[in-house]
Amino acid sequence: MSERVPVEVRVNGEPCSAVVEPRLLLVHFLREELGLTGTHVGCDTSQCGACTVLIDGRSAKSCTVFAVQAAGSAVTTIEGLAEGEALHPLQEGFWEEHGLQCGYCTPGMIMAAASLLKENPDPSEAEIRSGLDGNLCRCTGYQHIVNAIARAAQQG
Amino acid sequence: MIPAAFDYRRAKTIDEALALIGETAEEARFLAGGHSLIPLMKLRFSQPDRLVDIMHVPGLAGIWERNGQVGIGATTRYVELERSRILQDVLPVVAEAAGEIGDPQVRHRGTIGGSLAHADPAADLPAVMVALDAFLDIVGPQGRRRVQAEDFFQGFFTVDLAEGELITEMRMLPRRAAAYAKLHQKASHFALVGVAAALEIEAGNGAGGVCRGARVAVTGLSTHAQRLRGVEASLIGERLAEESIRAAAERAPEGIEEINDDLHGSAEYRREMAKVFAARAIRRAAARA
Amino acid sequence: MAANATPSPGGKHVGQRLKRREDPALIRGQGTFIDDVRLPGMLHLAFKRSDVAHGRIVRVDTSAARAMPGVRLVATGADLQGVLPNVPVITPFPYPDHPAVTPDKVRYVGEPVALVVAEDRYQAQDAVEAIEVTIEELPAVVDAEAALRGEPTLLHEDFVNNVALRIISGTGVAEAAGTQDPEAVDDRELEAAFETAEVVISQRMVNPRIAPSAIETRGVVAQYEATRPYLTIWSTTQRPHAHRRFLAAALGLGEHQARTIAPEMGGGFGAKKIYGEDFVAAALSKQLGAPIKWIEDRSEAFLTTTHARDVIGQIELAAKRDGTVTALKARLVADIGAYEMLLTAFIPTLTHGLLSGGYAIPVIRSELIEVFTNKMPTDAYRGAGMPEAIFFVERSMELLARELRMDPAEVRRKNFIRPEQFPYKTAAGNEYDSGEYERLLDATLELAGWEEMRAEQAAARAEGRLVGLGMSFYIELCAIGPSTMFPDGGWEHGSVTVERDGRITATTGASAHGQGHETSFAQVLADQFGIEPGAITLLHGDTAVAKQGVGTVASRSLVVGGTALLMAGSKVKAKMTRFAAQLLEAREEEIEFANGEVGVAGGGKLSFEEVASYAYAPQQLPAGTEPGLSEEAFWEPPGMTFPYGCYIAQVEVDRETGEAELQRFVGVDDCGTIVNPLIVEGQIQGGIAQGIGPALTEELRYDEHGQLLTGSFMDYAIPRASDLPRFELGVTVTPSPLNPLGAKGTGEAGTIGATPAVVNAVVDALSELGVRHVDPALHPEKVWRLIRGGER
Repeated sequence: MSERVPVEVRVNGEPCSAVVEPRLLLVHFLREELGLTGTHVGCDTSQCGACTVLIDGRSAKSCTVFAVQAAGSAVTTIEGLAEGEALHPLQEGFWEEHGLQCGYCTPGMIMAAASLLKENPDPSEAEIRSGLDGNLCRCTGYQHIVNAIARAAQQG
Repeated sequence: MIPAAFDYRRAKTIDEALALIGETAEEARFLAGGHSLIPLMKLRFSQPDRLVDIMHVPGLAGIWERNGQVGIGATTRYVELERSRILQDVLPVVAEAAGEIGDPQVRHRGTIGGSLAHADPAADLPAVMVALDAFLDIVGPQGRRRVQAEDFFQGFFTVDLAEGELITEMRMLPRRAAAYAKLHQKASHFALVGVAAALEIEAGNGAGGVCRGARVAVTGLSTHAQRLRGVEASLIGERLAEESIRAAAERAPEGIEEINDDLHGSAEYRREMAKVFAARAIRRAAARA
Repeated sequence: MAANATPSPGGKHVGQRLKRREDPALIRGQGTFIDDVRLPGMLHLAFKRSDVAHGRIVRVDTSAARAMPGVRLVATGADLQGVLPNVPVITPFPYPDHPAVTPDKVRYVGEPVALVVAEDRYQAQDAVEAIEVTIEELPAVVDAEAALRGEPTLLHEDFVNNVALRIISGTGVAEAAGTQDPEAVDDRELEAAFETAEVVISQRMVNPRIAPSAIETRGVVAQYEATRPYLTIWSTTQRPHAHRRFLAAALGLGEHQARTIAPEMGGGFGAKKIYGEDFVAAALSKQLGAPIKWIEDRSEAFLTTTHARDVIGQIELAAKRDGTVTALKARLVADIGAYEMLLTAFIPTLTHGLLSGGYAIPVIRSELIEVFTNKMPTDAYRGAGMPEAIFFVERSMELLARELRMDPAEVRRKNFIRPEQFPYKTAAGNEYDSGEYERLLDATLELAGWEEMRAEQAAARAEGRLVGLGMSFYIELCAIGPSTMFPDGGWEHGSVTVERDGRITATTGASAHGQGHETSFAQVLADQFGIEPGAITLLHGDTAVAKQGVGTVASRSLVVGGTALLMAGSKVKAKMTRFAAQLLEAREEEIEFANGEVGVAGGGKLSFEEVASYAYAPQQLPAGTEPGLSEEAFWEPPGMTFPYGCYIAQVEVDRETGEAELQRFVGVDDCGTIVNPLIVEGQIQGGIAQGIGPALTEELRYDEHGQLLTGSFMDYAIPRASDLPRFELGVTVTPSPLNPLGAKGTGEAGTIGATPAVVNAVVDALSELGVRHVDPALHPEKVWRLIRGGER
């Protein structure tokens, strides 16, 4: 039981493979196996969203997905968002609008917003706020985050 | 938190899924979206020895209309229910309830079959399936069978699903005049109380029409999703107006036993909220007629 | 000054909305947080924690755990006795022993009883699950007030009735810090005030226990090098220097043999200081000769990261019928949990000092009783004793307004300390530095459209809707110091080095974790030196970089740390002036700093690089001058600063469900000089959200057995984006006379002021049903019961 199994996942456009325990959570696969430490862990009950990544283009909490489940999928993490030096409009937005303080929830927040804007390129403020229902921030009171996403939507 | 070790298999067909579950003597579970099971495994409340992933079985996901019925595949994710044109047209209550589940990330992963099989007492979709009088198609080592949603949910995390059995599809009749109203538990966004109401209203009468049929079901109130028979009885034959809706909703707690009682809501509060949200669901359903 | 306008104090960079230089790494996922620290050969630590609130350990069976794959060490509290010191406390009061891993008795759920070190964290967790602990249960003490009625079960033998501290302060008490001797109190003035009162308001109020809930949990990585010997420890701590001091001592090292690094930190809010797990990691690194990492789970965080508040107040207000408050009396019972952490007993003592709020109340008396219970200890959390005080005062003012049928704004106006009274020494003992309270109140009323709000509320009520308006006027105590006021030193340290290329490296003992010091401190220095902020780098959060420090706590970083930097900067400027005068053959008085140059107005100019090149290789030293351009300074404020503000909340309560929807939140804050408005807005907004949470949803609940019922984000609701309206905010600026910046601090403002505003609004919404007071958190069921009771 529990033999290690090979896993191949396309991460930020690159094929990545490893032999892992089936119980390895995707977030730990990204952080420990691939060294992509921009994806964070903030809770253990799937509430905080700090671990949010895109799986096949849709936001997901990587603490609630086994790496083996993601085999064959395309995963995008915060590290895969900028095009080289050029920041993604959401990253620009968070910087310009002071959408982060400690920065811990930020990668998950940005990935959740990326998924939101993909589904709804021109969200209202209420839609932005409910689009963040899966993400907790304790520093900002969210107002600057909402501004950042609205800004990115305008520019996207 | 880290789950206990297990062995993972990915099934390509239903038969393979059944075989992979059947071949082990240890505790084996089907894995779909994992959004009910994985949190429990991380807390080590659940420690299966084997998971059989059914998300790659072709034909298990999807929403279709056939022979006057709507079918929903077991591995259909909440987000697909929420966005489905078919459901928005003929079963808006399913799309509506799916949109009330958790948060966007959860809706991107969680599946209807997973939710029903897990049967959390506060989950949203069980009440909707009961109200819609849906059938569940189930396969297992003994072959295929079909069970009514109402009979499927039996108790606290307890369903009519034998060892090695798998839900494949839910089937139900189109019903526009149905709605789901929910009081959110503020932390988890599960239903403190949620009520689904499906009405048959005499054609052409709209919100003020006469109710010819009513199925109303509740979640969050007790051990499992179940019908509010007093409400249903009170509605049938009545002209749907504020007074009759209120009178019907008053009967929500009738026949419901083992009312949930915890820090988020006492039994007394939940009983009263069942009335409030029954009325809200019925009003909204009637408005859709 | 109009609300909404952000005034600039005149400097070129101070007052600017500069984008933060901290952000580029963080928005790319390139921050280094504690769990991102990885060292070769690193082992992973996990704890077996008590699931019983109170009991004697009978047996800890570690045999199965020892045999599991990857396990390097399993140890119990008994194994570690004598190896580890007690968890440190720095208050001036008596406190009980607090072992990092308990050897004999457990006193709260979550207390460590054993531990595992393994090769990876999955293996460590597996082995923890295999440890079996047998505990003989004792009755759990969960009710602090019951303890005062005579508690049969003692947590600590030396503390009768489980009372940790009893202290009486204010009018009639000679000692500024209060007295523990009831005989030494003179009650005459207090009694006279209440005897002659025309109105007395009396209300019991509860500030529930809450969880700080930084989104990053705690963690530590310890690396002990035996050959030097030297300890390097990465830790989620807001106080790296104090951390180093205690950790070094724990390992028998001098402070010179240890280095604490606070990496980027995912929020602290007062709760991340010094914990037992850090001592365990350090000791085990020494024992096993390998780096040790421990990362807290969220489930552990709810149980074992310090909790906050949990104070019950019996508040009495004496007043005249015209609204003038003549006396305030408070009896406070604080449930501080099972042990004391760094500042546990000190925090509730801060409540007394703010019981005057923004008002000239001539007589103030409090009695504070702190009680041990079988719960996680409390400690500082955003506001630290102040939210409790302002909640008590602002609820009382609202009750007084209702009693006298006065507009809540007018009751406050009637009692404000007037501008000409500053510096104003309150009857609670603090000396407020400056303020124009009435001006700010008027700015808030104008921004909110108070009259229109009242009219709309009346219209809504006429339709049968439960709409409520609530106000609060808060005072925050910041820049805690001088050292006579703060148990561990009331100063901060800074250094400024002009490098040979003319760029500036500065260090501060403040240790930012989201506050944006790298940006705002650079703005301050840029104006001081007349250069661009981009030519300055601020380093912090590492005891090997910042020589000394107190840390980032108590909203003191900019005021105290920023001023220390200015002091160091002045010394460097003085040297640069001497070198420049020599090079330019000018008099020192003629030398100016402007536009990135040093020189004489209308005359010769030198670049910073030219001055620095010379200073580091002087061909002829000016008299009494050393080479080089690097200076440091300690700065201790002469007194504390008192920012303030006014908040107005509008709620609508759902009659059927009891849910309170926050519809509007309007506020004006005055934190003195604003260095970076963007950062200040962020601090205020985040603080407000943290004040709204405890008003509406946040509340840690234990059952009668001491089991935590709200141990995850599934059960403990901190605000989400969709729970909050867009805040409508403005500022006024009343500089502090106590520091050269004129700054007052702003970290805790929102949290202090928001809770009473929202609670007042909900009570107002329910007032037509005869509701006079409700304690937070205002869970829907609690409100629903009031509505139902009121409608019967």
